[in-house]
Amino acid sequence: MTGKHRSGTPDVLQVRDLACRRGPALLFSGLGFEVAGGELLCVRGPNGCGKTTLLRCVTGLTRPDEGTILWHGEPSHVDPERMRAGMAYAGHLPSLKDDLTAEENLEFSLRLRGAATTPGERREALAAVGLDKRRRIPSRRLSAGQRRRIGLARLALDPAELWILDEPLTALDDAGQALFTELLDRHLAAGGLALAATHHRLAPASGVVRELRLA
Amino acid sequence: MNSVPQAPGSFSGGFAWAMARDLRLAWRHPDEAVLTVAFFVLVASLFPLGIGAEPQLLQRIGPGVIWVGALLAAFLALPGLFAADYADGSLEQMTLSPHPALGWAGGKIAAHWIVSGLPLTLLSPLIGLQYGLTPDTLLVQALSLAIGTPVLSLLGGACAALALGARGGGMLLALLALPLFVPVLIFGAGAAEAQATGLSPAPHLSLLAAALIAALVGLPWAVGAAVRIAVD
Repeated sequence: MTGKHRSGTPDVLQVRDLACRRGPALLFSGLGFEVAGGELLCVRGPNGCGKTTLLRCVTGLTRPDEGTILWHGEPSHVDPERMRAGMAYAGHLPSLKDDLTAEENLEFSLRLRGAATTPGERREALAAVGLDKRRRIPSRRLSAGQRRRIGLARLALDPAELWILDEPLTALDDAGQALFTELLDRHLAAGGLALAATHHRLAPASGVVRELRLA
Repeated sequence: MNSVPQAPGSFSGGFAWAMARDLRLAWRHPDEAVLTVAFFVLVASLFPLGIGAEPQLLQRIGPGVIWVGALLAAFLALPGLFAADYADGSLEQMTLSPHPALGWAGGKIAAHWIVSGLPLTLLSPLIGLQYGLTPDTLLVQALSLAIGTPVLSLLGGACAALALGARGGGMLLALLALPLFVPVLIFGAGAAEAQATGLSPAPHLSLLAAALIAALVGLPWAVGAAVRIAVD
């Protein structure tokens, strides 16, 4: 596999001895895993077991109580901006502005990620997720699934090597889910890696899918 | 996929991004900016009606009333400054962007000033005419607002970020921010008053400018730290 994200070390993301408590409850401790290029790691477990918290710990949004996260072999807290540049996070919150159109939302989120895209590329990405006719409508008038599709267009154009996805299939219809699987497939085939918390079965055609069970 | 080169984050990139986005949003929804300005004009116009049109009295209270009106008007737009971005997840994305927090926090505060402090400053000479202020005083008044309102935006921005996620955030924000605005009010109104009574406004203006520099250096950083705590 020769992808644009191929790097010297096989394990791009390494998590060691991670522990996190929320209030009095210990969510997980001594958690460790590695994700290499072309791999998808699915985090599974019942509601409230700490899947979202785990993802947020890896992104750096939540400070873990213990443990280190290595990005290309280097602890992420040494140079957080380096890891942030190579990581796209899609959480529960949509981070869309209701008053902006789908096109503007896409443009601003990509600019925030430091990704240089042309209007043509953005239009194409919106057309690919089925929002071509609705790209000039304020996002408040789009349905929940259509809003999620703006997120898919964002992922498609984001050059990040690591995708961190929290329930990526929520509110998406069958066609939307197929679109997402296709995007994921391309991302993994290009040597990218992904960490996803999901209750669905993700089955991209390429790449290695592994599971991490949280008790 | 595509072969977009990853542009590294930068202060200017984050600043320009946040300012452009917030100004676009303010333009889409001008009611908040209009409310700020209308509130200022109304408050400042009600005083002569309530107190009576005695020229000497009006000249005496004019600078103070205009400054209080501007301060409260600038406060009006504060609660939404970070709360909306917090609620829809944009703040998470900003925290995770490769741009340093200093950049986007500064850009958001600059946009807040452009839609609140700047129009108030530009309107103040017109309002001052109602109070019979002399041209010199009007000029000093506008100058003190031009230096003072950015300090209000910076202080208010830091307080708004600190109040994020707290229940009754609006009330907490008022309790946090308004006392901090007091020194700015004293030196701002003092400058125009000194000019009106024939003294030099320079000491007041210098102190305001010193406050602005201190706020510019320290507060965007504080906003970044407060946001980081809020999104955790």
